[in-house]
Amino acid sequence: MATPSENTSERFTLAPGMPFDPSHFDRMVSLQSHSGFIGMTYRKHGPNWLEMAIPWREDLVGDIETGVLATGPIISLLDNTTSMSVWAKRGTFQPQVTLDLRVDYLRAATPGKDLIAWAECYQIKRSMAFVRGIAHDGDINDPVANVAGIFIQVEPETSARAQEAST
Amino acid sequence: MSDALHTRLSSLLPPYAVTMGMRIDQIIDGVPILTMDFSDRTVGRPGFIHGGAIGGLLEIASIIALRADLGDEGKATRIKPVNVSIEYLRGGVMVQTFAIGQVIRAGRRIANVRAEAWQTDRDKPLASSWMNFLLKPKVA
Repeated sequence: MATPSENTSERFTLAPGMPFDPSHFDRMVSLQSHSGFIGMTYRKHGPNWLEMAIPWREDLVGDIETGVLATGPIISLLDNTTSMSVWAKRGTFQPQVTLDLRVDYLRAATPGKDLIAWAECYQIKRSMAFVRGIAHDGDINDPVANVAGIFIQVEPETSARAQEAST
Repeated sequence: MSDALHTRLSSLLPPYAVTMGMRIDQIIDGVPILTMDFSDRTVGRPGFIHGGAIGGLLEIASIIALRADLGDEGKATRIKPVNVSIEYLRGGVMVQTFAIGQVIRAGRRIANVRAEAWQTDRDKPLASSWMNFLLKPKVA
């Protein structure tokens, strides 16, 4: 088990409204974080979409009989990729939290292969951003998983509730 | 009796669950309560647990609740996740997290399982989910 890091809170973080460039992800992600731990990396992005990947790893397997990756890391990959697609579309970083995520598992991921996620933000409203995406292991036309989700912006009036939630 | 169930269900936790610091905390009326230790590898944005780690915990809680429900006869059953829907209700802070699954129905081919995760207060859930599973006989 990793020991809690003292520098977790000191790592580089974005301030609200700062320009957001998804290609900086690999330099920003801390190894003392879930995304860093599962080996998440940036691949490419466009105006409202991006691609991220995680490697297959033995310690993240969900079924020892087949060697298939657990679905937890797939949720993590899709959560990050869809979340960052919102900032890609905005062009700036705005704090947001996941309201909901729905993932359909179309087939088992192939053991040994990297898992790639493509996600897009297809609509931004005042409070909500709507996202969708696909996870695959090399051929996007033969997907492993499909995701639909909603992110909600953290606004000053909701931060009081965030305070309540953290106590 | 409960110790034997605890041992059997613990042995069914996959490498991912163990890696993430998940284990069976206790079993109440045959239903396992799963816990996940706080560690760096669960952290998302600074100070909060990653939504994927919470989703992963809910999924493992669902699977292990289903395994408990299927009992010994379920040993020959492969359970394949079909889909999951997760509602995030509160931010998860840097403490231990718990989760429990509730099997709504386990039929011949499909099982429907709901799950809920919480931290210090059982009445203030962090997140909830529903999952559908396809049940298939293991090929001998």
